[in-house]
Amino acid sequence: MIESFFLPVGTLSWRELVRFFRQRNRILGALGTPLVFWLLIGSGFGASFRPPMAIQEMNYLEYSFPGTVILILLFTAIFSTISVIEDRREGFLQSVLVAPIPRYTLVLGKILGGTALAVSQGLLFLLLAPTLGISLRPAPFLSAVGILSLVAFGLTGLGFLIAWRTDSTQGFHAIMNLFLIPMWLLSGAVFPASGAPTWLRWVMKLNPLTYGVAALRRALYPESQVLGNPIPSSALSLTILLLFGLFIFWMSVLLAGRQTLGD
Amino acid sequence: MSDHHTKDISEVRYERPSGRIAEGVPSETDRPAIEVENLRHVYGNRQALAGVTFTVSRGEIFGLLGPNGGGKTTVFKILSTLLLPTGGRAQIFDLDVVRESHRVRRCIGVVFQSPSLDKKLTVVENLRHQGHLYGLRGRTLSHRIHELLTPMGLADRARELVETLSGGLQRRVELAKGLLHRPHLLLLDEPSTGLDPGARRDFWGHLQALRRQAGVTILLTTHLMEEAEGCDRLGILDRGRLVALGSPNALKEKIGGDVITVQTQEPEKLRDQIREKFGGEPKVLDGTVRIERPKGHEFIPQLVEAFPGQIEAITLGKPTLEDVFIQQTGHRFWGDNLAS
Repeated sequence: MIESFFLPVGTLSWRELVRFFRQRNRILGALGTPLVFWLLIGSGFGASFRPPMAIQEMNYLEYSFPGTVILILLFTAIFSTISVIEDRREGFLQSVLVAPIPRYTLVLGKILGGTALAVSQGLLFLLLAPTLGISLRPAPFLSAVGILSLVAFGLTGLGFLIAWRTDSTQGFHAIMNLFLIPMWLLSGAVFPASGAPTWLRWVMKLNPLTYGVAALRRALYPESQVLGNPIPSSALSLTILLLFGLFIFWMSVLLAGRQTLGD
Repeated sequence: MSDHHTKDISEVRYERPSGRIAEGVPSETDRPAIEVENLRHVYGNRQALAGVTFTVSRGEIFGLLGPNGGGKTTVFKILSTLLLPTGGRAQIFDLDVVRESHRVRRCIGVVFQSPSLDKKLTVVENLRHQGHLYGLRGRTLSHRIHELLTPMGLADRARELVETLSGGLQRRVELAKGLLHRPHLLLLDEPSTGLDPGARRDFWGHLQALRRQAGVTILLTTHLMEEAEGCDRLGILDRGRLVALGSPNALKEKIGGDVITVQTQEPEKLRDQIREKFGGEPKVLDGTVRIERPKGHEFIPQLVEAFPGQIEAITLGKPTLEDVFIQQTGHRFWGDNLAS
């Protein structure tokens, strides 16, 4: 078991971490961009943000905080899976593909490594929470870690799926702009569902990321009633996140298991 | 940056892989290392392999020679279990590469054409990672790494990032990567890519030492004639077909003599004249007339006497592998000029 599972998964995950931490500009980019966005946009809105039917006052910095954490997860997950594209055809992954390990260890190693990276980045950002008056006592903190892990797992898996099917990094960037960023924009990270037209609300209901944002929001604000038109409950959100993560992982294993490289 | 060539290749020592090749595979036997039968492969609507058949004996250095696009990399990918063929059969140590790919992977070491190293990791980190994928760890792994780095002259660069190494050294790390689990068969795709002639010779020295000392079977693909000359046996692949199979010398002997090329103003006319007067099968290729004839040095004066004034230049050469290629395919290795 050790040789056929833990060793390959462990070594593949380890590589993801080492590669990331040896490239300082990646660290800056992954953390810096969302931080700057959050500060600028949040401050720009200032007091003009009025969540509809809100029980309590909440300025935009507070509102967009959970969503920004999720954005960090998204960025890190994407960056860690983009290496799959070049590596798969002409680089490092070639030797992994001919190694006597079952394919799912490759998938799991890559995704777990990316997840660990994303979660650690997200947690760093989460440390800013006290500045907004969010308490980081063990209970909310641990549930936040759990939620971030679930979301990161799903996002990294999604990135892996897309990267495996894409032949060029440009194609990957195109998909990211067309699909993944809107996915984040429509998750309740940027604006609440309650103010949106019906058709948009339905899109948001079908977006798995909505449940990630909701779960995190509930974890960070456990007592308060958040934003009138209720966001999905924790139970529902966690279930959906879990199912989404498993589904994506299963798809990734199926896809990576096909033994052709094509031309 | 100067390359570190192996100081004295005769000092290189490779260990013979001990133990079984794989479960159920007898170590001492006459069975071939590789058996390929009617291998076919189609990419989309392009037929890359049109039924290739050959065997490779244990302990042999076998070369697949051919121009780019000829199909040799496809064979390599199929044998290294990277690609599923669309037809035919391939066996390594009597294990089917499709149905028993997991067991095949344990017996083979693979060196790819494009670097499969992580440049941001050190040499040792790359090797340790590879070892883990093959179930090696702890002290066994460290020992193996060390016993490979030393003969390859990499011991003093072991803790440096791969990106700081020259192309020749990186290629050696790749070779070490492929040998870590002591495979009995080594597959290499264009091993000389990106290497200067010195590094190339050096690398070949290691391959030959491996075969001689460790009894490792080697199959490589190449488009370089000089590299093909170094192989025990060759398969020449052109457009998905095996057009020649045998040792380099045996193939060249099939040419039936020396190769004479004649430069002239009207090659077709001269070709017909030569055929009429002397027989044989002269051909026109690239605007020159080619004649294959034993004892070429005796034939040349006859030619010059028979066609004074028509011959601008005349060359005499021993047959080369490219001549073998031209004879079998009717066209040059590079370019599409057909002999007529």
